[in-house]
Amino acid sequence: MTGNENAVVTATDLTRRYGDGEAAVDALRGVDISVRDGELVAVMGPSGSGKSTLMHILAGLDKPTSGNVTIGGETITGMDDTALTKLRRRRIGFIFQFFNLLPMLTAEENITLPLSIAGEKVDKVWLGQLLEKTGLTNRKTHRPNELSGGQQQRVAIARALVSRPSIVFADEPTGNLDSKTSGEILMLMRDSVDTFGQTTVMVTHDARAAAIADRVLFLADGKIVQESSDISAEDVVRVMQGLDS
Amino acid sequence: MFRVVLKGLAGRKLRAILTAFAIILGVAMVSGTYVLTDTLKAGFGQIFTSVYKSTDAVITGKSAIGNGQNGQLIAPSFDASLLTKVRALPDVAQADGGVGDTNGVVKLVGRNGKVISHGFAGGLAFSVNPDGNQRFNPLVLVHGTWPRGAHEIGIDAATASRDHYAVGRMIGAIGRGSVHQYRIAAIVKLGGVSSIGGGTMAIFDLPTAQKLLDRVGKFDSIYVAAEQGTTPAKLVSEIRPILPAATQVRTGQGEAAKQTSDADNATSFLQDFLLAFGGIALFVGIFVIANTLSITVAQRAREFGTLRTIGATRRQVMTSVITEGFVIGVLASVTGLFLGLALAKGLQKLFDAFGFDLPHGNTVFATRTIVVSLIVGTVVTVLASTFPAIRATRVEPIAAVREGALPPSRLARFGLPAAFGTLALAVALLLFGALDHSAPTAQRLLGIGGGVVASFVGMAFLAPSLVPPLASALGWPATRIGGVAGNLARENSMRNPARTASTAAALMIGLALVSAVGVLAAGIKATFESAVDKQFIADYALTSQNGFTPTGIDSEAAIRHAPGVTVVSGVRGGDGKAFGKTVQVTGVEPNVDKVIRITWVAGNAKALGSDGAFVEKSYAKDHHLHVGSPIALETPSGASLPLKLEGIFKAPSGGSPFGQVTISAALFDRSYQAPANVYAFVDVTGGVSDATTAALSSSLKRYPDAKVQTASEFKKSQEQGLNTFLNLLYVLLSLSIIVSLFGIVNTLVLSVFERTREIGMLRAVGLTRRQTRRMIRHEAIVTALIGAALGIPLGVGLALLIGSIIGSFTITIPIATLVTFVIAAIFAGLIAAIFPARRAARLNVLEALQYE
Repeated sequence: MTGNENAVVTATDLTRRYGDGEAAVDALRGVDISVRDGELVAVMGPSGSGKSTLMHILAGLDKPTSGNVTIGGETITGMDDTALTKLRRRRIGFIFQFFNLLPMLTAEENITLPLSIAGEKVDKVWLGQLLEKTGLTNRKTHRPNELSGGQQQRVAIARALVSRPSIVFADEPTGNLDSKTSGEILMLMRDSVDTFGQTTVMVTHDARAAAIADRVLFLADGKIVQESSDISAEDVVRVMQGLDS
Repeated sequence: MFRVVLKGLAGRKLRAILTAFAIILGVAMVSGTYVLTDTLKAGFGQIFTSVYKSTDAVITGKSAIGNGQNGQLIAPSFDASLLTKVRALPDVAQADGGVGDTNGVVKLVGRNGKVISHGFAGGLAFSVNPDGNQRFNPLVLVHGTWPRGAHEIGIDAATASRDHYAVGRMIGAIGRGSVHQYRIAAIVKLGGVSSIGGGTMAIFDLPTAQKLLDRVGKFDSIYVAAEQGTTPAKLVSEIRPILPAATQVRTGQGEAAKQTSDADNATSFLQDFLLAFGGIALFVGIFVIANTLSITVAQRAREFGTLRTIGATRRQVMTSVITEGFVIGVLASVTGLFLGLALAKGLQKLFDAFGFDLPHGNTVFATRTIVVSLIVGTVVTVLASTFPAIRATRVEPIAAVREGALPPSRLARFGLPAAFGTLALAVALLLFGALDHSAPTAQRLLGIGGGVVASFVGMAFLAPSLVPPLASALGWPATRIGGVAGNLARENSMRNPARTASTAAALMIGLALVSAVGVLAAGIKATFESAVDKQFIADYALTSQNGFTPTGIDSEAAIRHAPGVTVVSGVRGGDGKAFGKTVQVTGVEPNVDKVIRITWVAGNAKALGSDGAFVEKSYAKDHHLHVGSPIALETPSGASLPLKLEGIFKAPSGGSPFGQVTISAALFDRSYQAPANVYAFVDVTGGVSDATTAALSSSLKRYPDAKVQTASEFKKSQEQGLNTFLNLLYVLLSLSIIVSLFGIVNTLVLSVFERTREIGMLRAVGLTRRQTRRMIRHEAIVTALIGAALGIPLGVGLALLIGSIIGSFTITIPIATLVTFVIAAIFAGLIAAIFPARRAARLNVLEALQYE
């Protein structure tokens, strides 16, 4: 699995320990992972399984206690803050549970924000495509507080895609949405993988979210305990119940 | 990115405005000061230019001893015969002489028999020539005709309208003699300006003015116009050879420039004085802005985290906060700049109210005012935003997904060492300023100023450690009075000690300054009073109405005849030059030891005669004098008096009633033009009683400028000037306290934002609106009291330190004044809480619970 020719993200033997001594908690205890180009990977697991920690480390938001992470062939472990920031600009897109939009900017401005921060020009054609895909063409001048939760998350998705990153990390993208909207958002994410070939890693506890993934990694106690491809929502629920007990 | 900053600011308007307020006031003070002083300078310039408009040359008396110290030093008058010689010069087309006084010798007396005065500005008096072509007359006739003869007067239009006088009515005037009534022939004004300040103006024809000013046969100035084709410079060079001693000649323009520059010097002092208060307000503003922005940064941790995850570098985050500071700074500076225009008017009114009247003229809004105000305001704001900006860079990208406060400032760990380091530096600087007598005065003052600033900064560093115990102690009454709301308030103020500390530190500065001023003033007063108590052994003192301008010696003669008077002894005052320096000279009568207790170190004043003198011990020491030493004293008119030292006395630290050199009143009256008393002392049979006071007062009926006072009244009236100045300082310092109030408002409003969900929860479980308001109010009061607890002791400490520098300073802690400041701090807290408390109470419970 590791060392795959067209892997976008690889991690080898990741461990993460919080605190030390008696109070130490091992969030990750040796995780290996490889995400292939154009793949949608879901990471699942019960609370405290380490799935969020894994994603934070893969995305360079947190540092592993040991182990290595590469993104697009570059080893990010040990990178300094500036190099990491530059890497995020080029290679990483983020989707958050609470959208994290800037309230004073319009939908369009929020979407193009990564480009303005990087000082890059907006590709109008690409932006138009994104707006159309996310169904925001008529909403682009609205501010976040004028948009529904689902629309806000669409803005966030478009923002994650706008710089054509190597990889998009989604942290519980449906965690703050109702069931119908969640479904729409998941369709959109699946669609972006299919249409644009956007490699995506998604942390979720939503069984339906896992069901649209190409591959599902189940985490428990800081280790990958099962890996399944093309698994149905029902099976996901079953596996999860097994992990919980 | 810049657009993001602008949009962000627009999205947080209230926060931006609250931040801006802290800087607006300081900038307004700077801009207002410049507008005011520029306007004053222009006003003086206009006055003097218009006065010498048609004059090619001016001859004036020239003081032999340079500029005096006590204001009454005037250039000596010269013999009127000079005019004939000037007129005889070939290139002189016209010349005229006049007398005048700008030192408040001549006063107008109202219908009630009292001197007409508005504040401290004295009366001006000029002679005019009713028959001439008025070429040299700077005055403009508003009504009537130029006064002529011994019974006519002209008065200024401002006084006429203020006190309801018209042409044809009678008005009193008093010079060096007793009051006389005059018929108002003219209402006049000075060309070019709307007002010369609060001073009154009295004009007479030449002989009347000469008599009133005790200058019969003399002139103070001669105005000369040249024949066509003769330049002023040439005219001046023609006049110069015929001038007697103690006179000088200048071109009209030169004289205008000279007088303008003299006035400018005074105005520049005023400018520096007021700018200092603007500086203090801006200094306090730095604290307020840094604190407000720090809180905002902490509240925006998730936003900064998000920006970092989508590719913003630390530098970009820092730049965005500083840019925010820059934009706020520019907007606040522009607002402050224009507010300064209004403040200039307010300052002028303030000075009017305190009796320091200034001339009014057209408002001058100079480019320098704009440039300095904008730069100062912007730089200060940007400076204040650097600290929060650095904190913002400490937000890790992970803050985008993780709830959690901003990591504590890395500097916090160094808080205590920094505090003690800065305080040690403060003490070192203060001690250097205080004790290193070998250093130049400017350096020592800088040391003291730097020490005071360092002590503020040090205390601000120390404050976070002091907040928990202080809040706990000072919040105790709140828990008693406010119940659960008071309890919550106390807890809230301890929740984030750093925040409460910097909010309180801003108030601390203002309170420390007013406390220091209060303690110093109390010490100065106590020292002065003890000096009066030691020396004032007479029953009454006779002074002018305001207590400090000299009075003519006729009033002393008048009181001599009052029933029961046993001793009257006047003390003359004037300037002289001895050992190359200008000194104050006093003249005493032989019976001076009956009214003033003098502690003789050597000799005495029994036989001053026509060449005796006595001096204070320190003066004798400085100039190596002993009884029998010769002293050469030069008078303003150029005469040199050979004196012999007869006595050396020791004055108490609170001040000597005499000048550096004291001679006999008889010699003084012979040597000085228009001699006057600084004060006279009176003994009566039976001591002080209401009846005697009334009898003495009635003997002075014709001298409305004079008044009798008992020792305690004398003390009070002598302290009046100090009290007025003290009040002015309080008003000006209150500006910095207002700035710190905005700091409290900001912190509370931002805390309410932050605690919205919590307040919603409290309301949901039954906290009433009233209790919510009370909670915020108590929190504000606790913060204000912390400011007082830090500031007042600091101010008292600084004052005592500075007092010990002044030396021989009676340490007095004005408890009542300090208690007033504490109460004022509580009220300040109450006022600051109004707006945030209302906001908190109005929160919709349901929305508040869902607020993120």
